[in-house]
Amino acid sequence: MRDLLSIENLSVAFEVGGRWVPVLRRVSLQIDEGDSVGLVGESGSGKSVMALSVLRLLPRAARVIEGRIRFKGQDLLELPETQMRTIRGGRVGIVFQEPMTSLNPVFSIGFQVAEAVRAHRPMGSGQARAEAERLLDLVAITPAGERLDDYPHQFSGGQLQRVVLAMALAAEPELLIADEPTSALDVTVQAEILELLGELRSRLGLAVLLITHDLAVVAETCSRVSVMYAGQIVETAATRDLFDAPAHPYTRGLLASIPRLGRPEVRGQLPAIPGQAPALGDLPSGCSFHPRCGEVMEQCRVDEPPMARRETAGKARCFLMDSSIGEKAEIGREDS
Amino acid sequence: MKGSLVEVTGLSKVFRFRRGLLQTEVAELRAVDGVDLAILEGETLALVGESGSGKTTLARCILRLLDASEGDVFFAGEDLLAMSAARLRRARRSFQMVFQDPSGSLDPRMRVGKTLEEPLIVHDVVAPEARAERVGELLELVGLPREAATRFPHEFSGGQRQRIAIARALAPEPIFLVADEPVAALDVSVRAQILNILSRLQERLKLTLLLIAHDLAVVGQMADRVAILYFGRVVELAPTAALLAAPQHPYTVSLLAAVPVLQPPIERRSVLMSGDRANPLSPPAGCAFHPRCPAATELCRTDRPRLLEVEAGHEVACHHPGELELDRIDSS
Repeated sequence: MRDLLSIENLSVAFEVGGRWVPVLRRVSLQIDEGDSVGLVGESGSGKSVMALSVLRLLPRAARVIEGRIRFKGQDLLELPETQMRTIRGGRVGIVFQEPMTSLNPVFSIGFQVAEAVRAHRPMGSGQARAEAERLLDLVAITPAGERLDDYPHQFSGGQLQRVVLAMALAAEPELLIADEPTSALDVTVQAEILELLGELRSRLGLAVLLITHDLAVVAETCSRVSVMYAGQIVETAATRDLFDAPAHPYTRGLLASIPRLGRPEVRGQLPAIPGQAPALGDLPSGCSFHPRCGEVMEQCRVDEPPMARRETAGKARCFLMDSSIGEKAEIGREDS
Repeated sequence: MKGSLVEVTGLSKVFRFRRGLLQTEVAELRAVDGVDLAILEGETLALVGESGSGKTTLARCILRLLDASEGDVFFAGEDLLAMSAARLRRARRSFQMVFQDPSGSLDPRMRVGKTLEEPLIVHDVVAPEARAERVGELLELVGLPREAATRFPHEFSGGQRQRIAIARALAPEPIFLVADEPVAALDVSVRAQILNILSRLQERLKLTLLLIAHDLAVVGQMADRVAILYFGRVVELAPTAALLAAPQHPYTVSLLAAVPVLQPPIERRSVLMSGDRANPLSPPAGCAFHPRCPAATELCRTDRPRLLEVEAGHEVACHHPGELELDRIDSS
């Protein structure tokens, strides 16, 4: 498969009270054409900033310190704004958590979807309306023709998320970034939206970057996963490998701590990760996870572990990886 | 057999509001619709349902944070809804609530010590000179250092704030605690900590716990019994293990089928239920679930099923209980 998006050693900092706080630290991520990649992390881990960086929608207080974001070989960070507009919302579509933040309550759904179409594909209004109908049908808003003139308040939360999805698909993107697309929805509606995303992916050959805090959502929809912690990617692997054999103590702890149907623990004894994620402005020395890690070693308090090869395929940022010493040279090259 | 601490009979809550262009039309929303429910002493009962199913409204009516429109609530044998304001104020000491979002439920301008001291004063729990000591004990109870008393809520993380909210709820030494989605607003890696604290405190303090949750995996971990709510009614009530292993109501089956599974294989269980919830202002006739139910028949469109026992302790409100089977509940 061919490279679609590749993020290389991206570091982003936010200016907070006159100080630069690192929000992303040398993150790398690769998405092939038609691939589905999950980016998992807790709030504040930097996963949304990653999405905003790709679209160049970072707030003014943010600065890209280093790194490259290449979309089909083009460096997005170097692209003039006029060309960036064909990428943003065009070849790269985005869906956010709250559909109403992307919709205007006083315009009809048909108008808004048609507007999204015309923003990227020049055509007459009648034709755009027909295209809007086709898109709504594609996301299973039926009968699409009868709903074109309805307003957002006449739709349920799950339907609105479908409408926003239709808008994101309006420009026929090659990559869809979905930032917590189902977190505001009920579990039954979430299941429907995830199923729809999977269908669209296979039908349109769309690549998807799914950003979520919910590992289970990724388990069902993505072929690859990257786990973020405190602004870094700490583990990345094929979904199956990651869930079968999580290598980073954070990933392992997270997977163990989530209650599961059919596998209840003794009440009051869920294996919890102690403590909480550090503030980005006050990161611990060495490995950012070391204060919460059950397998912490002396080295972890001092040095930052490199990305090292996992036993099965994939990589993890941890000194426990057998290969972390031997791999250092290679990683050093990749990181610089 | 344990006795029941809370007894709810025929409880309804109707919200009325005006609508239409001239605000002349009066609409009715039955958020809770004729609920009968007993909460047994010392148990954890989970209330599960989608947003809008009435689970929070039901809990608020039980605590008399909202006035019920119809029905009765007996708390430790006493008619809660008939209580005078003065009597209710004293009774409140026995039942407390933990809310979903601790940043919203703690006063940002009050030091944690003051926040915890307030219920001690209001309910006259300990002598004034013993209050500071009790605040320290409460903090330790939820795993926070005593020094936390001098700090403000914003100095704590979400998980720590929820610990403070739990400590505050426990300050008046209640026997009944309602936890409304206590971990839904928290980061994934701290949820297990809070669930563990709740379980341990419940055991230690012999609390009766009403847990409101939408996450069935959390419920499976925490609850002795589960009540599934749909459109303000209990559609299924059963011991947790029985409900998860052999759900009888098609809605429960659909909910369980929709829970994402942590372990690939990535093949999805089929979504059994179709469509969105009906408009709560004009609920469907018969069984409220029938428009989405794959097993619905003519009877379901006209007759509303009553909650009936299908097995000891397992009640279902469905004309065709067990018709829809869960093909596989992942046991990973």
